[in-house]
Amino acid sequence: MKDMSVALKFIPLDHYVLLCIILFSIGVLGVLYRRNTIIIIMCIELMLNSVNLLLTAFSVYHSDPTGQIFVFFIMVVAAAEVAVGLAILVMMKRNIDSVDINLLSRLKW
Amino acid sequence: MVTFSNIVKYAWLVPLLPFAGFLIIIFFSRLLKGKSSGIIASALISLSFLISLLMFFAQSDSAVKSITLNIFSWLDVGALKIPFELLIDPLSLNMMLIVSGVGLLIHVFSIGYMLHDERFNTFFAYMNLFSASMLLLVMGANYLILFMGWEGVGLCSYLLIGFWFKNDLYNLAARKAFVMNRIGDLGFILGIILLFFTFRTLNFSGVFAQLSAFTPNNSTIVIITLLLLVGALGKSAQIPLFTWLPDAMAGPTPVSALIHAATMVTAGIYLIARSSLLFNLAPFTLDIILAIGLITALFAATIGIYQNDIKKVLAYSTVSQLGYMFIALGLGVYSSAIFHLTTHAFFKALLFLGAGSIIHALSGEQDIRKMGGLKKKLPITFLTFLIATLAISGFPPFSGFFSKDEILMAAFARNPLIYVLGLFGALMTCFYMFRLLFLVFYNQFRGTPEQESHIHESPALISVPLIILAILSVVGGFLNFPEIFGGKAAQANFLSVSLTNYASNAGHMAVSTEWILMAVSVLFLLFIVAFAYNRFIKQKMLPAGDEIPLAFIPKLLSNKYYVDELYNWLIVMPYTALSEKVFPKMELNIIDKTVNSFGEYTMWLGEKVRRIQAGNISFYVFAMVTGVIFFIIINLYF
Amino acid sequence: MTFLFYLLAAVAILSALMVVFSRSPINSVIFLIICFLSIAGHYILLNAQFLAVVHIIVYTGAIMVLFLFVIMLLNLNTSNEPHKSQLTRITAVITGGLLLLVLIAATKDAVLIQAKNPADYNIGLVKQIGQTLFKQFLLPFEISSVLFISAMVGAVMLGKKDSKKN
Repeated sequence: MKDMSVALKFIPLDHYVLLCIILFSIGVLGVLYRRNTIIIIMCIELMLNSVNLLLTAFSVYHSDPTGQIFVFFIMVVAAAEVAVGLAILVMMKRNIDSVDINLLSRLKW
Repeated sequence: MVTFSNIVKYAWLVPLLPFAGFLIIIFFSRLLKGKSSGIIASALISLSFLISLLMFFAQSDSAVKSITLNIFSWLDVGALKIPFELLIDPLSLNMMLIVSGVGLLIHVFSIGYMLHDERFNTFFAYMNLFSASMLLLVMGANYLILFMGWEGVGLCSYLLIGFWFKNDLYNLAARKAFVMNRIGDLGFILGIILLFFTFRTLNFSGVFAQLSAFTPNNSTIVIITLLLLVGALGKSAQIPLFTWLPDAMAGPTPVSALIHAATMVTAGIYLIARSSLLFNLAPFTLDIILAIGLITALFAATIGIYQNDIKKVLAYSTVSQLGYMFIALGLGVYSSAIFHLTTHAFFKALLFLGAGSIIHALSGEQDIRKMGGLKKKLPITFLTFLIATLAISGFPPFSGFFSKDEILMAAFARNPLIYVLGLFGALMTCFYMFRLLFLVFYNQFRGTPEQESHIHESPALISVPLIILAILSVVGGFLNFPEIFGGKAAQANFLSVSLTNYASNAGHMAVSTEWILMAVSVLFLLFIVAFAYNRFIKQKMLPAGDEIPLAFIPKLLSNKYYVDELYNWLIVMPYTALSEKVFPKMELNIIDKTVNSFGEYTMWLGEKVRRIQAGNISFYVFAMVTGVIFFIIINLYF
Repeated sequence: MTFLFYLLAAVAILSALMVVFSRSPINSVIFLIICFLSIAGHYILLNAQFLAVVHIIVYTGAIMVLFLFVIMLLNLNTSNEPHKSQLTRITAVITGGLLLLVLIAATKDAVLIQAKNPADYNIGLVKQIGQTLFKQFLLPFEISSVLFISAMVGAVMLGKKDSKKN
């Protein structure tokens, strides 16, 4: 463990920033690119995780555990969100027999 | 023992209580059955009267005569600092006592008079609001609060004159009163604005403290006073803005009493008296006031001679009496104006309530040609009406004699011609008042037999206020019992804290001159009464019916000099013609088109844009991301 | 050590791309699991042991399994997803790329924070996290349980068969 913890000494913070930006952009791209609702939800998870990673990196850099607590809470919210999102998805499939996001425009009423 | 400074702390209750009454009656209108709303209204205003009375007595024991009560900071915007302050000084106390006292009697009278009206509750709500506005008007410590009450009074007069709004004519009368008042108000507003720009304050004391820096007839002061005068002309129904007051007879009779005696029309007098220091610096304006007062007094008196509606006669007598007050103001003897205002409040309220009692007895008949012989049937009304007539005509020792005499004396000191004209007006007043009295109460009843069988003396609720007012009309003159009779001119001394009479009239006349003038006026009055008696009782002359054509002068007079027609021809008709010309071009082609095209363009745009809000989530996300990118770029590079 | 970081980063990015571009949802889920595992690897590199474990349990163990369940239960694995038009796809790629560029540009000139010296590398341990969580963040922790309850109730309500319809 002692060895591993040295990792930060070799990797500058901006690499983490860059990695997270890339992951986040991929998530955004996925939301824009796909029509399948389930994949869109997965891409949202991806974005959340990129932010989590960044929070952790900063937290370690500052030696402040608060950032990691935030990650913990984001996980809580993400879990809840997925549960509800998937429930909606199931209903959608059941009612209109499709998971196409464009058909969700009917929800506006 | 209540001290003045202690009791003044509760001065805010005086306008607030009637206002609370207004709110209570308006909001619980449905719950209040029978006389209850009238009793509430009367009780609240009597509380106001009691507080005013307590303050009055406390003040007479106190060394401090004038107290400003700061209630809260009202407007505080940059240089504009206007606290909500009430000023309790002799002048405002005097006015408060009149407004709440006479107002109370009118309220009590109305309970009996309006009992069978379906909108009884609304009536009392308006009456209370009216009293509250007027009390606020006289108690305000700066011009803006005064203006607030001023507008409240204007609004209430509109509501009350048009109280029987189902009659179109009454509605028009209410509208006329409102528009006429608005013209005056405009002048008043401009005056207030100019005051503020000149003195940087609107407080009475603040303004007056800075006056020493101005020379007499300084143009700014003259303009300010002229603008204030325009306001006063509108409210106090002077030429050229007097035509609304006779039309205001459309309201129920107690309303006429309230408007004519205690409130509303006195507001203009009060405004000028309150600003006495300001007007003293503008002799030019004082001369204009004098001229307007004189013309109005004569003008209205001549019209009064040929009116056949009992309330119209009284209305023109009010305009005429207000003219006397303006004469007093113009002469710079403000205390005499307030004195006459006080006595006038008593006997004019009495006259109107008496007229109300008569109309009530005759089930709504107002034409004096159809009255007559009521002396036996309405003894209380007759007696009180007689007292009021004697008072307004100026017979000693009734109140009107002293107050009118004071004005005429001051007029004589300035210029005998003014005195002569004033006396002439007073004689005409005497004539038409006695004409009214004789026609209504003497000889035979001229109405239908059915009406005759219904004639009855009014109930106590109506007659008691009459009796109280009659007593006041008799003794009112002793408030300011002149020195020549061994009196102390108590009211003038009392008011001297608030009022500063114009200096140039300080010169005293010889006592003998005063005696002679008084004797002359009384002699003339007796002669006029005899003339009227001869004409209307001995010869039983009756005013001609409407269908008989009149000679030129009577026709001119009974048609009120065609002033209404003149205004109609001069202002209303060109205005209407202009409006009709401009309407299709301006209104339809330019204004309507502009406004409509805005609407059409918006709808067209909405039609186009609504597609992007069709619920397409992908597009929403796309728009959101684009927006985020956009804002980051802006943040980065701009 | 550096090598490990780059390897994990490469795996994460590639698998993330595969999540977006693979045809079948099942594949997407698998790639997302890989991606999450590599992120867990990053956590371990950062010595955030507690997070790493929780991450694997919650995401890989629970959430992704949930995804798989849904896909399989609803039989969504048919790749008959109607594709977006060519135009929207290009727009999506451009927009995503633009966002990437802008974000990089935004962070490029940022002043790098120096790690606290001497750094306390023990903050990611369970003891440390637990103490912070139950001292400083006790109330949010309790409230999050309410959130969970409501999410659970909501999910059950939504997933129930509509009795009126049947």
